[in-house]
Amino acid sequence: MTVAALGIDAGSTTCKAVAVDADGHSVGWRLESALPRVEAQTDALLVALALELGAADGVPVVATGYGRKLVRAATRDVTEITCHARGVFADLGTGGTLVDIGGQDAKVIRIDERGRPVDFAMNDKCAAGTGRFLEYTADRLHVPLDDLGPRSLAAPRAEHISSTCTVFAESEIVSLIAQGADVDEILLGLHRSLVSRIVAMVRGVGLTPPLLLSGGVARNDAIRELLGRETGQPVRLPSAPQLMGAYGAALLALELTR
Amino acid sequence: MNLPTTLSDLRVHGEHLLQFQVLGSTALRVQRLRNERKLGALRMGPDDVLAPPPRALARMQELMSRHYLEGRYANGVRKVAWVTSGAPWEPLEALGFFPVYPENHAALCGVRRRAEANCEEAEAHGYSRDLCSYARTDIGTVLSGETPVGRLPRPDLLVCCNNICQTVLYWYEVLAHHFDCPLVVIDTPFLYGEAQEHQVAYVRRQFDEELVPTAERVAGRTLDERELVRVMLEARDASQLWREVLDRSRHRPAPMTAFDGFLLMGPIVNLRGRRATTEFYRDLLAELDARVERGVGAVAHERYRVAWDNLPIWYRLSKLSKLLAGRGVNVVASTYTYAWGELAPLMDPTDPLGSGARVYLHPILNRSTGHKLEAMRTMVEGFSLDGVILHSDRSCKPYSLGQIDQRDQIVDTLGVPALLLEADHNDPRAWSEEQSVNRIEAFIEMLETAAS
Repeated sequence: MTVAALGIDAGSTTCKAVAVDADGHSVGWRLESALPRVEAQTDALLVALALELGAADGVPVVATGYGRKLVRAATRDVTEITCHARGVFADLGTGGTLVDIGGQDAKVIRIDERGRPVDFAMNDKCAAGTGRFLEYTADRLHVPLDDLGPRSLAAPRAEHISSTCTVFAESEIVSLIAQGADVDEILLGLHRSLVSRIVAMVRGVGLTPPLLLSGGVARNDAIRELLGRETGQPVRLPSAPQLMGAYGAALLALELTR
Repeated sequence: MNLPTTLSDLRVHGEHLLQFQVLGSTALRVQRLRNERKLGALRMGPDDVLAPPPRALARMQELMSRHYLEGRYANGVRKVAWVTSGAPWEPLEALGFFPVYPENHAALCGVRRRAEANCEEAEAHGYSRDLCSYARTDIGTVLSGETPVGRLPRPDLLVCCNNICQTVLYWYEVLAHHFDCPLVVIDTPFLYGEAQEHQVAYVRRQFDEELVPTAERVAGRTLDERELVRVMLEARDASQLWREVLDRSRHRPAPMTAFDGFLLMGPIVNLRGRRATTEFYRDLLAELDARVERGVGAVAHERYRVAWDNLPIWYRLSKLSKLLAGRGVNVVASTYTYAWGELAPLMDPTDPLGSGARVYLHPILNRSTGHKLEAMRTMVEGFSLDGVILHSDRSCKPYSLGQIDQRDQIVDTLGVPALLLEADHNDPRAWSEEQSVNRIEAFIEMLETAAS
């Protein structure tokens, strides 16, 4: 097991690193919550992963994510659009329409049959429709993040959340609770609100099946379920949705060696 | 020019003569010669991503600085008209009016990072942040008196033409109320296809019945037909030359960028109908021809060629230009700069008012969204483009309307990557640096992978 390249995704919520061998297979990874000091954190994360896997010095590193330009060890930096497309294509072996919902942004990327991103859309200047929206409201409702999906899916009906703004949605939640609304039904309403924004972006880019889902929010079953229902398409997930950006970055780093 | 009749008039005329015509103009000429020498001596270094700007930039700076300098001393010496960018200027030039283009002045505030404060001034007086940032910058300037050009002259006449948007109607009403001066509104019916003769006749009637009589009354003289023909001839020649300047970027590598164009368009917007403007564009064209001959590109390593749709982001011109050039992207064409060149063939100096009615009906913003798509399609082919950036401009609704479909059409039917970039042409508070740069870089990566 020789580490041939490393990829690091310094995201807004979590920081991920993936190592690949010369064949492009993932041989190890690390994930931790993002800290304010991106330089120090990414240095430490890469060193830890390299030591754990016995990687040689001078292994190429590609950085992605919002902190990508602050990764001192990076040979190159590439945006998440390209990295996610590359990672998911390698993992699932197919192009299609990729929805990636991260902590701070949501993106829809159309990937062609050769794995190249050919079009994309992102949420604009607003955290609604992203992981942060769910995190924020989960916190307000005192529901653990991992319970969000199952509890939403268990709700018999959804409360209607009209505001797409994270901050205003909180006011709406407060008012719904005051009116005695059921927490699970509020949760389902929130998930629907988020998915409706994502589906609008999917329609903007155009849905070329299969529909693929990556990013930390892919861990949430309700999002996957509702996205499938709204688009009428089965949703396919890569093996490690949250690591696809870093995996794609590692594959791009591997290309630098060739 | 108004002749002095009182002592106070004499003082005003004396100031205009001394400060503008003698001292200011001489100083600006000296500065231009110095700048020309400097620009001429500049050579591209190994780490430079952009070639030095054209030497003609020095002449442009002189023309525009002279113009705004004269503005400081214009009141009482020349009649001043504040006009929209799509207003029929030629009759006013022939009547000797001094022009102020609030939109251009607002852009200047944007480039000099003074727009935000003026927008806030307007907002503090109750003008909504949803209004166009040019309107807010201008109204804020009027209210605060703050301008990077020292002083703007008060208008004696306002001319507003709705061929660029409807906001100007209310914006100019605000100005008319504030300055208590006559306002002429020229209504140009929106063109869904080609202009109908009754539409041309309708605009022409407004020239004959409203614009010319009001302007003559304010100017205190009648319109000299021969002078109007001369002005129209200059305007047509300059517009034609400007179009040729822009078309030089069909060459690979392109001798200039659209970012250069956003600055070099100053005279065709503000000083149309003057000999000096025509000469400026003739010189610029010759300079670009020399670049083309020597194979000199404006971007050090031009790998990808893209078009820009909509207004520039004035407060990010330089950063965006360097970001793109650093990755080998040259923005070689723009629907915006083209708007001042593409109508030259419609200008007929033998029939200035008749052809003028047709010209001012045809700006890209007064035509259907399908027409704009067609214009971009032609650009993609004519300029051998690899992609298109569509600036979705929060302030310019008519320009931004239809862009989502236009973008999709470009991607789907031409197979060319296209990016919708959300921003605002003059209000930096609507700009998100991280998100925007991220999108632009992802777009460039798409161009790279498409080429690989």
